[in-house]
Amino acid sequence: MTKSFVTIADLSKEKIMSLLEAAARFEENPNRKTLDGKVIATLFFEPSTRTRLSFETAVNRLGGRVIGFSDAATSSSSKGESLKDTIMMVGNYADLIVMRHHLEGAARYASEVSPVPIINAGDGANQHPSQTMLDLYSIYKTQGTLENLNIYLVGDLKYGRTVHSLLMAMRHFNPQFHFIAPKELAMPNEYKIYCKEHGINYVEHTDFNEETIADADILYMTRVQRERFTDLMEYERVKDVYILKADMLKGTRDNLRILHPLPRVNEIATDVDDSPKAYYFQQAKNGLYVREALICDCLGINEK
Amino acid sequence: MNNKKTELLVAALENGTVIDHIPSELVFTIAQLLELEKLNSSVTIGYNLTSKKIGKKGVIKVADKFFSDEEISRLSVVAPNVVLSIIRNFDVVEKKEVITPDELHGIVRCSNPKCITNNEPMSTYFHVVDKQAGTLKCHYCEKEQNKSKVKLV
Ligand SMILES: [Zn+2]
Repeated sequence: MTKSFVTIADLSKEKIMSLLEAAARFEENPNRKTLDGKVIATLFFEPSTRTRLSFETAVNRLGGRVIGFSDAATSSSSKGESLKDTIMMVGNYADLIVMRHHLEGAARYASEVSPVPIINAGDGANQHPSQTMLDLYSIYKTQGTLENLNIYLVGDLKYGRTVHSLLMAMRHFNPQFHFIAPKELAMPNEYKIYCKEHGINYVEHTDFNEETIADADILYMTRVQRERFTDLMEYERVKDVYILKADMLKGTRDNLRILHPLPRVNEIATDVDDSPKAYYFQQAKNGLYVREALICDCLGINEK
Repeated sequence: MNNKKTELLVAALENGTVIDHIPSELVFTIAQLLELEKLNSSVTIGYNLTSKKIGKKGVIKVADKFFSDEEISRLSVVAPNVVLSIIRNFDVVEKKEVITPDELHGIVRCSNPKCITNNEPMSTYFHVVDKQAGTLKCHYCEKEQNKSKVKLV
């Protein structure tokens, strides 16, 4: 078995911390020759320009080379080739495969058949663990710790895969969560059960205002999408409730930082961008260092 | 009287396995799960026999075959309550119950249509996370589902 990175669910606290420390070293010195002579494949069966560019930049800054495709229409899977066959073929050429696929569990399966390590760059609604690692890195970097933080998750907590993964990854660090969402998009029961099983404290809110967020260390915003609602009346009623505006930040803590997995539509008003508490653009940049760390870890390279 | 007739229909077994008191609707599912069609020894399947206990019942007798625990555990999803009688020299020497395994390989289908297992020629794989409640978790898409809702492959 090669060392793949498929899910956040089974990462230990020690593993998370060592990856974050590696990411910090890459932030200090992101341009290296670590991957000189290595070929990394980026197989995007489902397009995602943002994630692909982040991974490909990480490879390029480490001196490696990239092969691959950016959407399934240009790959052999459009001719009906099985995932296994594509992975076996590319595994002959590359030292590591970064893949994104619309089917859930695709990366896990690929990691079982592949001769080289697999990094999951998103498998449908299931996992997107490099996003979770960059969220953790952003929290760690801005707060100086992951322990004992007040983390507020806002918006679509029902379908938002990033908030579910973040919730699971934070189980090691004694967080106090606040779930702020309209009823239709509330945190699903299975994750509330997960919280109870892992001793994670949480409070649920439906209103979102200055008072609710006064004690927040991290405000993690997500998009409330119209197509998620079965009741469009409900959507019209709540669509403007979960928008963060600059004047809501007045009474908040100095160390508060606002995160968002991007792309943003209107859930964060543009007047927030100028606040020192806005962190979502730096957050995306952190993805580069985290991905440099993940690639090296999967290849068994320990960079100082 | 009735009982005697039933017995006559099904030949006595010298060595092998008898599964009795099967709810009739499960007879062929069990035959399929135990892959009886692949056996060369004689197999007798009784279907819609009259039973005082459960109305209509089925019975399966398999000559010269002793199922492994792994083979028997495949029945845990649909027929957790059947009992297998091990016959040696016309006598029942052991009764085996179905034990729910920790993992199910290639037995049930994942109920998530977007799961890789429903779109790629591959075997399914579930972790049994709660044996009492019958909760299965797909090893691939990580979705939890109840065994009463899943279909056999
Ligand atoms: Zn599945």
